[in-house]
Amino acid sequence: MFEQVMFWLFGAGAVVTAGMVVAPPFNRNPVHAALALIASFFCMAGLYMLLLAHLLAVLQILVYAGAIMVLFLFVIMLLNLGDHELGKQSSSVGQMIGLVAMAFVTSKLVVTLATSADSLPHGADPAAPEALVRDGFGTVATVGDAMFRHYLVPFELTAILLLIAVIGAVVLAKRNL
Amino acid sequence: MQETLAFTVPLSWYLILAAILFTIGAIGVFTRRNALLVLMSVEIMLNAVNLTFLAFARTRGDSIGHVVTFFVIAVAAAEAAVGLALVMGVFRHTRTVNVDSLRAMRR
Amino acid sequence: MSAALHPASAPALAQALSTPHSLPHTAADLVAQPWLASLLGVGAIMAFLTLNVLFLIWAERKVSAWIQRRMGPTEVGPYGLFQTLADMLKLISKQLITPSHVDRPLYLLAPLVVFAPVVVAVSLFPFAPGLAVTDVDLGLLLVFAFAGLGIIGIFMAGWGSNNKYALLGAMRSVAQNVSYEIPLILSALAVVLLASHPEGVTLEAGTPSAHTVPLLGTSLAHITLAQEAQGYWFVLVQPVAFVIYFVAALAETNRAPFDIPEAESELVAGFHTEYSGMRFAMFFFAEYTNMLVVSMVATVLFLGGWDGPLLPGPVWFFLKTYTLLFGMIWVRWTWPRLRFDQLMRLCWGLLVPVAILNLLGAAVLAEVL
Repeated sequence: MFEQVMFWLFGAGAVVTAGMVVAPPFNRNPVHAALALIASFFCMAGLYMLLLAHLLAVLQILVYAGAIMVLFLFVIMLLNLGDHELGKQSSSVGQMIGLVAMAFVTSKLVVTLATSADSLPHGADPAAPEALVRDGFGTVATVGDAMFRHYLVPFELTAILLLIAVIGAVVLAKRNL
Repeated sequence: MQETLAFTVPLSWYLILAAILFTIGAIGVFTRRNALLVLMSVEIMLNAVNLTFLAFARTRGDSIGHVVTFFVIAVAAAEAAVGLALVMGVFRHTRTVNVDSLRAMRR
Repeated sequence: MSAALHPASAPALAQALSTPHSLPHTAADLVAQPWLASLLGVGAIMAFLTLNVLFLIWAERKVSAWIQRRMGPTEVGPYGLFQTLADMLKLISKQLITPSHVDRPLYLLAPLVVFAPVVVAVSLFPFAPGLAVTDVDLGLLLVFAFAGLGIIGIFMAGWGSNNKYALLGAMRSVAQNVSYEIPLILSALAVVLLASHPEGVTLEAGTPSAHTVPLLGTSLAHITLAQEAQGYWFVLVQPVAFVIYFVAALAETNRAPFDIPEAESELVAGFHTEYSGMRFAMFFFAEYTNMLVVSMVATVLFLGGWDGPLLPGPVWFFLKTYTLLFGMIWVRWTWPRLRFDQLMRLCWGLLVPVAILNLLGAAVLAEVL
């Protein structure tokens, strides 16, 4: 019961705030869109917690809300966009077709998922969450164990990727190197 | 407390929610012309994918989904940094962040 | 929130709760109803924070007066102790002025967004064994996550005010906070490395109740326990990290000599130029609570938290915290303000490289010790 209430609360919150990022009436101003996105990330963090992914929920807040979105906000401040940049939004026939097609594909996906997803084979017994909790599912220790024991190479590659991104961002943004 | 430990939300609900969020993000990428909003929409899509990973991770009871989500967050951070640097570079040259007005390569 | 959902999720915590005299029992264990316990805990934290702010502002004025050979507040109450209370009453009774061209939702929400995260951050600390509102295995990460959110509120205030001083103050503040968060977290990571003992350490060695618990470096209680078990505070093995942390914390809280975002002589009052009455008071409250949060993190990370001889745990905890706070006030009234380029050079040119080298050193040290 509690989980369902929370799911609806966070789920509706995530959808509404994500919609505010995208939907025309609300997104004239990228600052408002960015703040709506931060709210959306918070709702997602709540969902992650419902899914027993504590570490990822905290990382979501720390990295997305605390770092990535602050970067967005700072760039918006730095660019100092004029009113024509903030407001202009043209819509073409192609966009409308894309929108309709996207909505169609998603509705098919939702129907398919609603009818078949719960019959997918799964390892753990979903009715026995105590076992998951007892094993420390989603805590630093468990996720760290999986990451550094079985996924060490991808982890190190992530470090290299981030280094490349840092150098790339500096090269791109610097006026004259 | 015990009742909160029973999983009463089925996997399909999470997957449907993720599908809806992914669609919202995709619509944003397709219809928004402000480069900043396009980047934000990409972040929504990445988050929707994370949600499916974590939902499957809980259903399967293993941590692989968590590890993958961690990588997705790292990639998103890298993408945002480079993407915003690109936006700034573009704005410096053309004084606009509208992706439709960037047609120099088309001529 | 995570603790309310499943209190036993951390395996170490679950194990510890089954063995007596080991880890702090949370408020949830004292009061059987977790919701009631959370409510009580938040109420207690809010009361404590109010008292803390009232005291800190008085202390700031007294210490500054002492440094500048003045008297400071003397009129209201003994030694002027109730001066802040009078100021608070004045702020509460003042009219709330909303300038005409502000971005209303941003302008009105900003004080709340600055204020709320710091309260959450304070509620995560173990003040003594058995005295914590919530004890989660991710305590340190959560504190940094929530402490980092205040910057969004500062941006909202600066952008929403539609005022050039506010916007400039917010830009400086965001740049400064984003930069100084890096050495702050890097210096904390060095301690996390030293505090992690997955193989377990022996607590209360030499007594009949001696037992072994595995320790996790991201839990605030575990970091304290690690220092208790090893018999020394981490400031002794990580002095460089402590200094880096303290400098970065001063910058994070926008304190002098890093108070460029609200430099009175250049920017009127920075991001909160357009705020008055209670809204201004909330920014003020958040600022002083932020000082408390960074000092409490330093207390746990470097000074052993509640650990100390003779006196009870909470007394040690607050003794250390307020000593650090006194240091912060002392620095503010004796150091001149930095220029912005000096500020950035200090961070990227000195603190970040030294913090990275120190982290490497800590990794070696963690293997040796």
